[in-house]
Amino acid sequence: MSQNASISIRNLYKIFGTHPLKALDHVRAGMGKSELMSEHRHVLGLRDINVDMRAGEITVIMGLSGSGKSTLIRHVNRLIEPTAGEILVNGENILVFGEARLRELRRTQMSMVFQHFALLPHETVLDNAGMARSVRGEDRSAYEKDALNWLERVGLGNQGGQYPHQLSGGMQQRVGIARALTSNAPIMLMDEAFSALDPLIRTDMQDLLLELQQELQKTIVFISHDLDEALKLADHLVILKDGIVVQQGEPQEILLSPNDPYIVDFISDINRARVLRVRSIMDVAPDHTPQTAGTVDADATLESVIALSEGDTTLSYEVHRNGAPVGYLNMQKLVRALVPTQAAKNGMRNSTRSPSD
Amino acid sequence: MATYDFVFNGLGLREWCDQDAEPRPMSMADLLARGSGGDSDTSWATSLWELPFPSLDTLNQACPAIARSRDLTRGLEESFLNIKDPLKVVLDPVTQPLSWALESALHLFTATPWWVMLPLMLALVWVASRSWALMGFVGSALAFLLFVDHYTFAMQTMSIIFVCAFLCVLFGVPIGIAMSRSDTMQRLTIPVLDMLQTLPTFVYLIPLIFLFSVTEPKLYGIAIILYAIVPVIRLTDLGIRLVDKDVIEAAEAFGMTRHQKLVRVQIPLALPNIMAGVNQTIMMSLAMVVIASLVSAPGLGVLVLRGIRNLELGVGLMAGLGIVLLAVILDRVTKAALARVNAAASVPRH
Repeated sequence: MSQNASISIRNLYKIFGTHPLKALDHVRAGMGKSELMSEHRHVLGLRDINVDMRAGEITVIMGLSGSGKSTLIRHVNRLIEPTAGEILVNGENILVFGEARLRELRRTQMSMVFQHFALLPHETVLDNAGMARSVRGEDRSAYEKDALNWLERVGLGNQGGQYPHQLSGGMQQRVGIARALTSNAPIMLMDEAFSALDPLIRTDMQDLLLELQQELQKTIVFISHDLDEALKLADHLVILKDGIVVQQGEPQEILLSPNDPYIVDFISDINRARVLRVRSIMDVAPDHTPQTAGTVDADATLESVIALSEGDTTLSYEVHRNGAPVGYLNMQKLVRALVPTQAAKNGMRNSTRSPSD
Repeated sequence: MATYDFVFNGLGLREWCDQDAEPRPMSMADLLARGSGGDSDTSWATSLWELPFPSLDTLNQACPAIARSRDLTRGLEESFLNIKDPLKVVLDPVTQPLSWALESALHLFTATPWWVMLPLMLALVWVASRSWALMGFVGSALAFLLFVDHYTFAMQTMSIIFVCAFLCVLFGVPIGIAMSRSDTMQRLTIPVLDMLQTLPTFVYLIPLIFLFSVTEPKLYGIAIILYAIVPVIRLTDLGIRLVDKDVIEAAEAFGMTRHQKLVRVQIPLALPNIMAGVNQTIMMSLAMVVIASLVSAPGLGVLVLRGIRNLELGVGLMAGLGIVLLAVILDRVTKAALARVNAAASVPRH
């Protein structure tokens, strides 16, 4: 089975209400979410979404509640039907699929992990893990080994015979992940998969996901309202606000050059030293080769470089990737990168709050 | 002259009213009016205070062409009697298996010797409840009924309940599932269920008596089923509609068909509610089987009826006690089974 599948969303609109198509005309004519609500009693869910989710990458869709992110992910497997637009999976528009083909797509191409786990409470952990395969009509003997194997990988080696309610939330979500992995589908949809978990367990689960992804290279669509989580996981970050894509791109890129006050406001609270990486701020070809105090990895966080330099801003480092030099890092530039973007001072936050806080 | 003469005169309908005015049987009200020497002419002049509502009887006084309410009830009766025969042609064969089932269950329960029946019952209790205490209670209650010679009556009642409750579940669960799947179906079914539940039990015995002969077991079988099927339908519908939306979404996301969803998700998750419905259905069957003794249902109800009819207080009270014992047995055993179903969803099963 192909482990590569790409998803393209083209001009996607979703309007909730009794006459969505009528409302669509208003939206296309430029009507906003609040006007549409007050004048036509329709909710604008998504507006002109264009996102490419590349095969083998983690695409994180981030936004606050009500931004339409859960609506968007449910369009990918058509749990929600769009009002207009196209959804291409491996180049095929899945909106034209009939019931049988859609079911086939859901069974073989996609798996999903849910915020509240959504395990079958009356079936054992093993049966839950093998659910996708048994739904396809496979015998227990055909998937049992796989299911046990994935349970082992997510750290539930001996718990196959238990029932979901006997496990903690974090362990239940591990079952949810094992269920998605056992299905062997190339696309994994994760709807706020870690949001219901404790912070420490959430970090564990993120590490687990990254570790598995390194090996599996699945196409993962991950929904999150947590910026730290989004920055940690994302290869491609899509920021959604009120049903509109505000900015999308490489997370480091968005951090260094946010194009919207909303995002500036969003990123002003995060620990930039922990999130920014050396590769994002290094000089690839400096005017003159500086005196270097050592080498750092291109994917190292700025935090680790600060620790390495012991706070000395006069130093420069040579940046290596896979052992080969790829550029230089100046500590002064590093420190400047830690200051949230100038735009933050004029952002939404400061316009609504007193300067004292 | 009658109060509403002016209406018909005003509309020019007088001729139509009187065209086939023939002397009709006198109503009780007419008789009373005549008896009290009331002059019909003065009624025209009575005060507004005594203005009668333009009911069928009042209008009939003004215009004999309008039917009286007694004609209405007679019309209902006649139309029912008219459709009775064609209805019987359809209903008789369809419901005949019910008679057979009830007859054979009655025969089976009463013909089996008590020393076979008692262990069988206790085994059933054990399977349903896994509780020694409950088994002890059921054992002693049945032993008491045996001891006071009410055992055969109790077994007749029990056999009727078994057959009727089983059929209620057999039909009720699919109806409930259909209701949960379609809002239209739900909207159409709920008024019928409301009617079945609120109609006084005697009232739907009346058309059944006309339809079937009183000697046929299916007469009381149908009455019991109609009365007792309501909770199992309602709770199946409710249970399936209450199934966690997240789990349904997961089932759909992994490509389950409607049938897979029903069997693997909806029914198992709705089972506690469905079992609660079954418990209610069994209890309502018991309530109805006593009343059904009016239409020849055998069992403890017959003794209660004898107690009322012949003023045999002791017989009535004893039979009443037997019914209470049966009710407690049935309720406790089904509740214990329900508790086990609930437990399976929340505590270890092994």
